[in-house]
Amino acid sequence: MSGETLAQKILSEHAGRPLSVGDMAVINVDYVLAHDTTTAWAIEPFRQIAAKVFDPKKIFIFFDHAYPAPNLQVAEMHRKIERFCREQGVKIHYDGVCHQVMAESYTYPNTFLLGADSHTPTGGGIGAMCVGFGSTDAAVAMATGKIWVRVPQTIRINLEGKLPLGSYPKDVILGIAKELSSEGANYRVVEFGGSAIPDFGVPSRLTLTNMCAEIGAKTGIVPADSQTRAYLERQNRYQPFKELRSDDDALFERVLDIDISKTEPTLACPPDIDRDVPVSEMEGTPITQVFLGSCTNCRIEDLAVAYKIMKGRKVKEGVKFIVTPASREVYEQGLLNGFLMEFSKMGATIAPPGCGACLGRHMGVLGDDDVCVSTSNRNFTGRMGSPKAKIYLASPATAAASALTGKITDPRAYLK
Amino acid sequence: MRVWKFGNSINTDLITPGRHNITTDRRELAKIAFIEHRPEFAANVRMGDFIVAGRNFGCGSSRETAVSALKECGIEAILAPSFARIFYRNAINQGLVLVVVDEKFAQDVEESHQLKIENDEAVNLTTGARTPASISPMLLALKEQGGILEFLKNHKIDDIGRLVS
Repeated sequence: MSGETLAQKILSEHAGRPLSVGDMAVINVDYVLAHDTTTAWAIEPFRQIAAKVFDPKKIFIFFDHAYPAPNLQVAEMHRKIERFCREQGVKIHYDGVCHQVMAESYTYPNTFLLGADSHTPTGGGIGAMCVGFGSTDAAVAMATGKIWVRVPQTIRINLEGKLPLGSYPKDVILGIAKELSSEGANYRVVEFGGSAIPDFGVPSRLTLTNMCAEIGAKTGIVPADSQTRAYLERQNRYQPFKELRSDDDALFERVLDIDISKTEPTLACPPDIDRDVPVSEMEGTPITQVFLGSCTNCRIEDLAVAYKIMKGRKVKEGVKFIVTPASREVYEQGLLNGFLMEFSKMGATIAPPGCGACLGRHMGVLGDDDVCVSTSNRNFTGRMGSPKAKIYLASPATAAASALTGKITDPRAYLK
Repeated sequence: MRVWKFGNSINTDLITPGRHNITTDRRELAKIAFIEHRPEFAANVRMGDFIVAGRNFGCGSSRETAVSALKECGIEAILAPSFARIFYRNAINQGLVLVVVDEKFAQDVEESHQLKIENDEAVNLTTGARTPASISPMLLALKEQGGILEFLKNHKIDDIGRLVS
């Protein structure tokens, strides 16, 4: 018999019995997460099956997708959720994108997080199993504290070598999306390893796992290690954890070895995640907006990358440069260390923490002829506004360099 | 019935776009299905119609409104070579029939064709083509129960495995 995968171990622990790949099981969930769109749709299903939530402390409701409310309809949805949460004794979090805040303040290694949002895998950067579901499943979990799952196969991705100047984790994961395609990891867990991973801090890992949603994965995960410990210590919430990992003889469905020293600054061209090309190929394409934001890439480390490139320069006239810190914590760090002041002086518009322009509901909706370089995760037609607008996904470095020139720009020109 | 044909990677932003997806009324939701991608869809779709699509149908956002909207529109079944995971899961919970079919069979279907699902096969009544139709056993079991919520009104979640064992 072969060894066990990390996902198999975490699920077995939550089922209270040993599970094999392919088994179906009902498991206990440690956290249930939903936001201002998915909670609204969970309330009515919840009421059909329960009167009270199983444990108000394990339920995390966020207002992030459209907060502060941009219109009356959203305001009424918020009020509906607030009434529900008050009645149930559940706290609403108004502190930024749910995945970023969960990573900063709540998620622990080896836990299971059920999130009513597709980018829930983000928390896999902490070594937890964080899986996206719909509103009905969120309602079931809020009512019972449990969920049914099947134990998935695992694709193991080994990252080897060191990132060259100008390339970042976002470029790595866009390269992986190109290689695997937008459904290449459908239903699988993507587990990261290899000699480069010990050098990746948790913020970088969160970018990798976040984007696993875009290749169809059930989740992405980086086994918890000393970097995870360092991050939890930095966040003042370290508790000892087991460094769970896949057994040496675990059976992976597929193993990919990637030499990241060859990673170039990369763009995902509209309208799919797997249309990836080197930035140099699109260099000079005129743009109208740059969005530095989202759960993929607007942590303090991302602001630092962008600042390094833009320092002492100005946003190109005519370019809307929107900076939307992923969380209140990032926003406050950016205020304290001056990044946000500096960006503002350069001509950026600083938006309040949250999802912002990423999903086209407010704070940077694109018009027909807009061309946007975005550090977010989706370049689908109509994602950020008009179906005629174009969205190029890139690293914060490429976004920053492009904001300076008003054209798609390779960031290496500013890093010499 | 009629067939509505779609291409590869139809994401949930195309089915219920974020800017319109701000209602919790299922009937209102049915009106925004494919509002930008296929503006004539919502007004003309009828109970019992089929959607036939390419690979990775339902990718992207977890929004269950994509499933709810198509179910509310009266879609009988969606046939595609592959479906995205969360969309598939949401359809299982709501009992919206998703049928995994051979890619060539799906490609050859035209909107004027008549389709039928019988036993374990999808049949193109117009061309005579047949292909194995794979439907999740959990989907069929929960559809019979009236969806997962109906099941949970009478059973504990711990018993859900028995539906398919």
